[in-house]
Amino acid sequence: MGGAGFPRPAPPSQNRGTVTQTLDPAPPSPLVGGPRPPGFAVDRAFRVLAVLAGLFVLVVLVSIVFVLFDSAREWISFEGLGSLFSLDWEPVNEKFGAGSLALMTLIVAALALVIAVPISVGIALFVTEIAPRRARLPIVFVIDLLAAIPSVVFGLWMLRQLSQPLADVYADVHGAVAGVPVLGDLLGSPSASGLSIMTAAIVVGIMITPIVTAITREVFATCPLAQKEASLALGATRWEMIRGAIFPHSRSGVVAAVIIGFGRAVGETIAVALVIGASQRLTGNLLAPGDTLASIIANQFGEASGVQRSALIGFGLVLLLLTIIIGIVARSVLRRANRRFGVV
Amino acid sequence: MAAPTLPAGAVLQPRKGTGFRQFKSAFATVAIVGAFVAAAVPLVALVYYVAREGLKVFSWEFLTTDLPFSQRSVEGGIYPAIIGTLIITVGATLIAVPLGVMGGIYLNEYGARSRFAAIVRFLSEILTGVPSIVMGLFIYTFWVLPRGADGFSALAGSLALGALMLPVVIRTSEEMLKLVPHELREGSLALGSRKSRTIRTVVLPHAAPGIVSGSLLAVARAAGETAPLLFVIGATNLVNWDWLSGSNTALSVQIFGNAASPFVPAQERAFGAAVTLILIVFLATAIARIVTVVYTRRVSGAA
Repeated sequence: MGGAGFPRPAPPSQNRGTVTQTLDPAPPSPLVGGPRPPGFAVDRAFRVLAVLAGLFVLVVLVSIVFVLFDSAREWISFEGLGSLFSLDWEPVNEKFGAGSLALMTLIVAALALVIAVPISVGIALFVTEIAPRRARLPIVFVIDLLAAIPSVVFGLWMLRQLSQPLADVYADVHGAVAGVPVLGDLLGSPSASGLSIMTAAIVVGIMITPIVTAITREVFATCPLAQKEASLALGATRWEMIRGAIFPHSRSGVVAAVIIGFGRAVGETIAVALVIGASQRLTGNLLAPGDTLASIIANQFGEASGVQRSALIGFGLVLLLLTIIIGIVARSVLRRANRRFGVV
Repeated sequence: MAAPTLPAGAVLQPRKGTGFRQFKSAFATVAIVGAFVAAAVPLVALVYYVAREGLKVFSWEFLTTDLPFSQRSVEGGIYPAIIGTLIITVGATLIAVPLGVMGGIYLNEYGARSRFAAIVRFLSEILTGVPSIVMGLFIYTFWVLPRGADGFSALAGSLALGALMLPVVIRTSEEMLKLVPHELREGSLALGSRKSRTIRTVVLPHAAPGIVSGSLLAVARAAGETAPLLFVIGATNLVNWDWLSGSNTALSVQIFGNAASPFVPAQERAFGAAVTLILIVFLATAIARIVTVVYTRRVSGAA
């Protein structure tokens, strides 16, 4: 190692004792005249490469937005900006409103959160507070395995094993709430195949559980031991300690976890495409088929052309903007919490 | 933190709650354990069902035969899809890992607290959240469409997966580089090494195991992706070893195509392909874990 025998000047005496890390390559020694010291070009080139790699991220993101917008222009100009929010869905008249798909996307994501968040918080508490120390790593490993299973396999499993039994459950639930005012509409008459918004929400809920769990777990783990001990010392039961010490401490972190899970749920594509039933008509009936921005792209893009293709790319753009907004909100919440978690 | 001193003779005892409070706490404990069970049950059920269905068709022949031309056919295997998945994933790794590691080096070693580094960090976080289907659309319009019929290739799939992996690799690299002790850098610099040489010979080797394990996790995740590949790799029933040109196929795409098929042989092939894909993904994940564990042992042993 070393600069290949190139002599260096003695450090100036006033700097002795303090170690300074030079960010730039050392200036050429005044003792050596003539050509630049060896290694200079390599050093520069390496630095430039590193900066370019950083720049590349910016290039990719900007080109995604630009390229998608360019291809979606045909769709946007066909109906004006209103097509972004329009509920019209008349493929025959080339009307492809993004509104109903966007709404159903949000419905699926929200329902998925209703399923995933209590379970994730429960698992996180189980790992940090209840499970024996030795069991923690295996439990985390099992939950991470859930994250490793590909989306398409979740969809396949849901479609082939669970959609039919679920259809029977839906029929029972529908029968039970038929007369009730709001519930009766939300849980309306179910599709015979079991393919529905609810089925999609269940599979998405299972799929976002690992990420929400991972973040909540790390937030809970940052709760100071002294606070928990103080709470127990005051006579609190375990549940009172969790409510009184852990929850207040972790509120913003859990909110951030929920938002990040929401972002994942909005973008989930393949499993949803397999089990949601592909119906573009907006419905308030959670047991009926629907479609989301992502799933309709997966199902229709292959055969689409003309305005429809442009519209599908436009849906991709809407989806992208939606996830970017969600990401920024999550980030600012995390900032406010002023903590750092590894979010994979 | 000084321990509070108790007056002499005082006995610190947890106060017994009322019956209802104890009941609430016990109920909460049961609910928390139930939550874990609620997550573990789908995992076990899924693995069991997919394995049961998949192993019906799983055989050496299934793994090494070309795809059938009809969904109704009981013959045929998934060989082209396995090769396709491997080529596309390895290609994506070749694209994303060098770029991502360089990006991580920029963020931790050069950019550090500069404004541009903060922007790159922010954008890379945003890029992490981009839905994979959007990446598929992007590569389709940006790369495949301008090339016409020749656009479909494993390379296009690698580009889409690589773009998805990139922010993960950048983040992992930065985190791992952050863990390298400053003394090592200072020692190397003090011996006269230039910064780039210090990074290459001292900093990177120290961070390598962590970067490898993080990248492998990203690879495992990418190998299972379907949405980005759907419209960019084309379709074929035969093996295509060419990374740069010609239509290709992948396990995930085959599963998606066969899952909703009304024909039982196609459904069975979907499950067989799912078993294969899960094995590949778990293998990559397990290797990543082992690297992490061995690395953690080595570091804690050295300290």
